[in-house]
Amino acid sequence: MSAFSAIGDDREIDRDEFTPGIEPQATWCPGCGDFGVLKALKQAMPEVGRNPDEVALFTGIGCSGKLNSYFNSYGFHTIHGRSLPVARAAKLANPELEVIAAGGDGDGYGIGGNHLIHTARENHDMTYIVFNNEIFGLTKGQTSPTSPKGHKSKTQPHGSAKSPIRPLSQSLNAGATYVARTAAVNPNQAKEIIAEAIEHDGFAHIDFLTQCPTWNKDAKHYVPYTDVQQSDDYDFDVSDRKEAAEMMRQTEEKLYEGEVLTGRMYVEDARPSYGEEKRQIGEMPDEPLAERYFDEDAEWERTYDKLLQHHK
Amino acid sequence: MTDNELIWRIAGGSGDGIDSTSQNFAKALMRSGLHVFTHRHYPSRIRGGHTYVEVRAKDEPVQSRGDGYNFLLALGDSFARNPQEEAYYGKEELKPLYENFDDLREGGVLLYDEGLLDQEDVDETDLEAAAEENGWHVVPMDLRGIAKEHGREIMRNTAGIGATAAILDIGTEEFEELIKQNMSGDMQEANLNVLQDAYDAAAELDIDHDIEVPESSHEEEQVILSGSNAISYGALDEGCRFISGYPMTPWTDVFTIMSQHLPEFGGISEQVEDEIAAAALALGASHAGVKAMSGSSGGGFALMSEPLGLAEMTETPLVLVEAMRAGPSTGMPTKPEQADLEHVLYTSQGDSARVVFAPANIRECYTQTRAAFRIAYEYQIPAIVVYDQKIQGELRNLPASHFDEEPNADPGSVLTEDEIQDAAHHSSGKFQRFLHEPEDGSNVSPRSVPGQKDGRYLATGNEHNPSGHISEDPQNRIAQMNRRLGKLDDIRADLDENASHQTYYGPEDADYGILVWGSQQDTVFEAVDRLNENGHSVKALGVSDMMPYPVEAVSEWLDSVDEALVVEMNATAQFRGLTQKEIGKYGDKLSSLLKYNGNPFEPAEIVDGFESSINGEDLAASNMKFLPAAGD
Repeated sequence: MSAFSAIGDDREIDRDEFTPGIEPQATWCPGCGDFGVLKALKQAMPEVGRNPDEVALFTGIGCSGKLNSYFNSYGFHTIHGRSLPVARAAKLANPELEVIAAGGDGDGYGIGGNHLIHTARENHDMTYIVFNNEIFGLTKGQTSPTSPKGHKSKTQPHGSAKSPIRPLSQSLNAGATYVARTAAVNPNQAKEIIAEAIEHDGFAHIDFLTQCPTWNKDAKHYVPYTDVQQSDDYDFDVSDRKEAAEMMRQTEEKLYEGEVLTGRMYVEDARPSYGEEKRQIGEMPDEPLAERYFDEDAEWERTYDKLLQHHK
Repeated sequence: MTDNELIWRIAGGSGDGIDSTSQNFAKALMRSGLHVFTHRHYPSRIRGGHTYVEVRAKDEPVQSRGDGYNFLLALGDSFARNPQEEAYYGKEELKPLYENFDDLREGGVLLYDEGLLDQEDVDETDLEAAAEENGWHVVPMDLRGIAKEHGREIMRNTAGIGATAAILDIGTEEFEELIKQNMSGDMQEANLNVLQDAYDAAAELDIDHDIEVPESSHEEEQVILSGSNAISYGALDEGCRFISGYPMTPWTDVFTIMSQHLPEFGGISEQVEDEIAAAALALGASHAGVKAMSGSSGGGFALMSEPLGLAEMTETPLVLVEAMRAGPSTGMPTKPEQADLEHVLYTSQGDSARVVFAPANIRECYTQTRAAFRIAYEYQIPAIVVYDQKIQGELRNLPASHFDEEPNADPGSVLTEDEIQDAAHHSSGKFQRFLHEPEDGSNVSPRSVPGQKDGRYLATGNEHNPSGHISEDPQNRIAQMNRRLGKLDDIRADLDENASHQTYYGPEDADYGILVWGSQQDTVFEAVDRLNENGHSVKALGVSDMMPYPVEAVSEWLDSVDEALVVEMNATAQFRGLTQKEIGKYGDKLSSLLKYNGNPFEPAEIVDGFESSINGEDLAASNMKFLPAAGD
């Protein structure tokens, strides 16, 4: 039996395999958009043909972090804002794993903002889903980095003086090679986009609009959405950086005006993933590093033979 | 004063190649059969600023930098600032000459580069009078001129080595060999010529002095390397194949060495956006089945406290290196201190369990880094190797055979897929990763690695039940806490049995003791020899296990002495505090000798400090602090 025999298991995958045998009682509120993410993610897995044992899901802290509990795969519920660096290394250690990271808007765009910039810049081959409900949910309703300007909360009683962050534009600028926005109210599109993002060879960032019925009843994305790929009004080339930038500008502005534009915003296929780049310059082994520890035939070099000569 | 030893100090401007020159000098002396030790002093600047390196050579293993030095090669600072800044910085080009006078021993040799150091400036202070008073032998030579004749004045270093060799009558053979090894073509030829010309010029001067370079020969092949080298090689030999980091002095040294060598060993190095990410990446790689490390110095390590706690809670093996420098905050970036001990022991929230080793020298840097990996992966716990800028920067020789050890690729307590099939699973389908009572009766519940069939579990920083699901059940909480904390007792027993890291020194029946940890240990040992020669009755104990603390070993040793002096490089007696906390007594037996001016102890200072303390006198030197026992 090989060390990681779950990887590459070639068979029909059923989405129910991703539901834990005994489902822990969900701690999300009734009507929470996070259910939509969970469902779309489960539906996407059979499409990409990955089984639960070869998927590693990394989450941050907050309501989004509970995703791990309801999704049956290897899971790592990390700390606030830090899912990306943990996930990144797991992918480098074993590139054959399907690595997915998830977080919320506070988690991913606030405390973890720096990690997002650098993960996008390096173009790690992984999928990052950000549950964007424009509010801090689990800490009970504070203003988040995506809350609109003027948003009032207990911590911003006079209304926020800050303009919201523009996550899609930011990811594009940082170097992400797949950027999309979808919404929990749009399950079919969400499933398709997640499946496509997972299959994308590079860093895929999905800004996933989720509703927070408890703390953010004002969020504009409860309204019907427009799928920009399906709409004749938005005929644009997703592989064109300039057009993508304009499309992102529009969706990020119109969202706060009450018009929700979703869909693939940018897809770049030519750029190799970070792991591939590292391999090409000789900084990554060809075979998954993690496997070597379980390979009895692997030869482990010692420093005595290799490095000590220099010190004699 | 000869003492049958050479302590050669080369001084110049930062960026003048002082470091590489001293390394070659030390290596040449080692090859000629001597034991060597180097001590570095450098400013937090890139180019310019007084820097020096000392090379101490003896016919027996060298424990410390020694006291002062007996040969100064002052090259002057070729990167000195322009005159307008003089008021602020002083005459910088002269500092490598004048700032070193205090420690030059009586009868010492002072060789300076009159080609760079303006003779008029030098004459301003009465060098002759100072030389007369101290019995120094002053040798001005135009080293720059000799270098220039062969093309480039940067080779004044080589000229300085040639002149040193002639004055000390040690021959140039080893130096030539090193030049041939390290350079090629015109550069090699030019340097060989400079070496020879300077040698001839200095030999003609026929300097009369009383330094005797000892003769000796090693019984076995030696290597010369730094603590950072040894930590890196220990990690590599223990199967570490992933490092992530962010540059910070002095941690950068290990990070650089590992980054340069990991790809040739089939490993991966990542320079990332910050230290939180650095530790988080190491954690992620370790979780996915690769032995991994990260590290930093004080300020960067502060950022790692989050991932460190996560490693503890998720029981993910992780090795971190903490290279201490003087703090608080950014402190003194290039100066050593042992003041991050409490930071390393207690950083991160909650009742936390981690392992902390503080190697005392280069030998221990290798063995204890290996121990840190073995313990971390076997017990699924973070292990920290804490050392300081002193060990990081100093070079020391030891037998090559010390590193002749087999690699250990064992991933520790990880199950194979076959074993996972037989292991307990939760009815949700998840593998019971965090059993309350592991089958073998230990506190370690073996883990699976993502990608293994049927090994699915959830690792979480929240309290969790055996299959990893978040749980706030009181009974589960107690069981998990007890198991995680219980590992420390198991590790203590393991270390006591397999790898005692405490070093006993001096006569067993001595009346007084000196307790020491980390980089000051070997300096204390040298002082202990001198104290016993002076008629005192002293022994020392060097402690390397900071957590779990070797309570039994230290208690026994403290029982055997009347009083003990704790020597450490910080202002608040952190190690003494740890000892009292862990053992719970001896508050009236332990006093402290502290130094925190940015320089490590010299053996004579420890001798002075010890004698002052037992005589109840105030310390003569103002660079140290004596803290009496609580009972005094």
